[in-house]
Amino acid sequence: MKAIKEKHSLLMRWTHWVNFPILTIMIWSGMLIYWSNDVYNITIFGHTYFKFFPQGFYDYFHFSKRLSEGMAFHFLFMWFFALNGIVYVLYTIISGSWRELLPERKSFKEAWLVLLHDLHIRKMAPPQNKYNAAQRIAYTAIIVMGFGSLITGLAIYKPVQFATITWLCGGYHLARILHFALTIGYVFFFLIHIVQVVLAGWNNFRSVISGFEIVNEEPKALTPSTPAEDGK
Amino acid sequence: MENNKKPKKELTIDQKIKRRNFISFGVFGVMGIAAWKGWQWLYTAPKEVAGVTAGAKAPLRRALNKTELAMRNFFSNNHLVKTYPKSMAAKNVRHNSDIGVKGGFVIEDWKLQVIKHTGEVLNITIEQIKALPKTEIVYDFKCVEGWDQIQYWGGLKMIDFMEHFGLAEETTVDYMGLMTPDKAYQVGLDMPSAIHPQTILAYEMNGKPIPMNHGAPLRLIIPVKYGIKNLKRIGSITFSNTRPPDYWARSGYDYYSGL
Repeated sequence: MKAIKEKHSLLMRWTHWVNFPILTIMIWSGMLIYWSNDVYNITIFGHTYFKFFPQGFYDYFHFSKRLSEGMAFHFLFMWFFALNGIVYVLYTIISGSWRELLPERKSFKEAWLVLLHDLHIRKMAPPQNKYNAAQRIAYTAIIVMGFGSLITGLAIYKPVQFATITWLCGGYHLARILHFALTIGYVFFFLIHIVQVVLAGWNNFRSVISGFEIVNEEPKALTPSTPAEDGK
Repeated sequence: MENNKKPKKELTIDQKIKRRNFISFGVFGVMGIAAWKGWQWLYTAPKEVAGVTAGAKAPLRRALNKTELAMRNFFSNNHLVKTYPKSMAAKNVRHNSDIGVKGGFVIEDWKLQVIKHTGEVLNITIEQIKALPKTEIVYDFKCVEGWDQIQYWGGLKMIDFMEHFGLAEETTVDYMGLMTPDKAYQVGLDMPSAIHPQTILAYEMNGKPIPMNHGAPLRLIIPVKYGIKNLKRIGSITFSNTRPPDYWARSGYDYYSGL
């Protein structure tokens, strides 16, 4: 029989969808800022494999020569990004839904099984509640990353007034590198997230908008077993 | 009390699903459109009316100014910029721009013009400034573009300068304005940043007189601000309760630009 199974709380759905455009704007405006000092690259043993970013990339997205504009957008939307994140984290703590989110001890082992299952190497996925082991790790990591972006952002935004934060981030240079690396991390998270959402299907996707999933509940047994029978 | 309404029938599962989907997706769609419209409004917002600041979209300039007010709460004279040993200072000090220090300048004729808010004008020579106790600083100079460099500067502390030349009263106004002799480059500073203990009227770089392209004979070194506020070759200093002209604030940059 068809039944409604509650999945995502209203607040989780709101903060998720509010975060999406805000983070997009933060990444976009961050790119406008990064362009003016685009010094990062991947160099191993003197050979540069990739430069962040190729000129064609800047040209395609019109990222060049827009530093002041990027800063103006970045320093407005940072407030919304922080606020939305704080609301979500507070809600998750107070409501107790952190229990479904934070990785458990077994999650780190199980996450591999989930991965093998997703890659069609293993038939069975480990049993799960709201989130599977890999999701617990990924969705907790993304919150930690968001917090990391705020902290490293503050470290490079006000390195004098918030000198302690800059020091905690390992200095101005490392803070900027981390801030950049976290952004690259979001992009990879997003790509995998989209693939997973598509693969998981409509029922799953709808639950992040409507809050519920439709499940097929088996009709309850009419004659439940009694302790007497069990004890035979 | 009479109840004329029909007793409500309990909705079937399918009806419940339909109803909840309708509401959720309806709200989702409406909010999505609202967000898109809001973004379009912001992205196509007209530029601010050009004044002391210019070049930014009007709503974004308002946001920058509001953010400045929030961030000013964290400013303190006790928050000092980290300093380094002289050995770490760059030998080749990065040179980014020549606005305000282009040719046609006779260094021998230079005098610092200080215009008090009462209108009284002081003309101060470089010898008068060099005669006062020198302060040196080796710190990480930060550019708004994102690069930074450890640099070694020496000169007269701004607060010492103010006290020595009888300008203590000027520190009670809100802003200090500095301009190059050719008036091509200007900087406006909130007074707390201007008289921060590490703000220096510098006449030495790496222990030698400042070269022409770095703002000889006297330039501003203000470590609590981005490089754009570190005006080269000071021609005049003014005081006011309104924002003085500022070169980069007219090109869409934040007026405060504090670190």
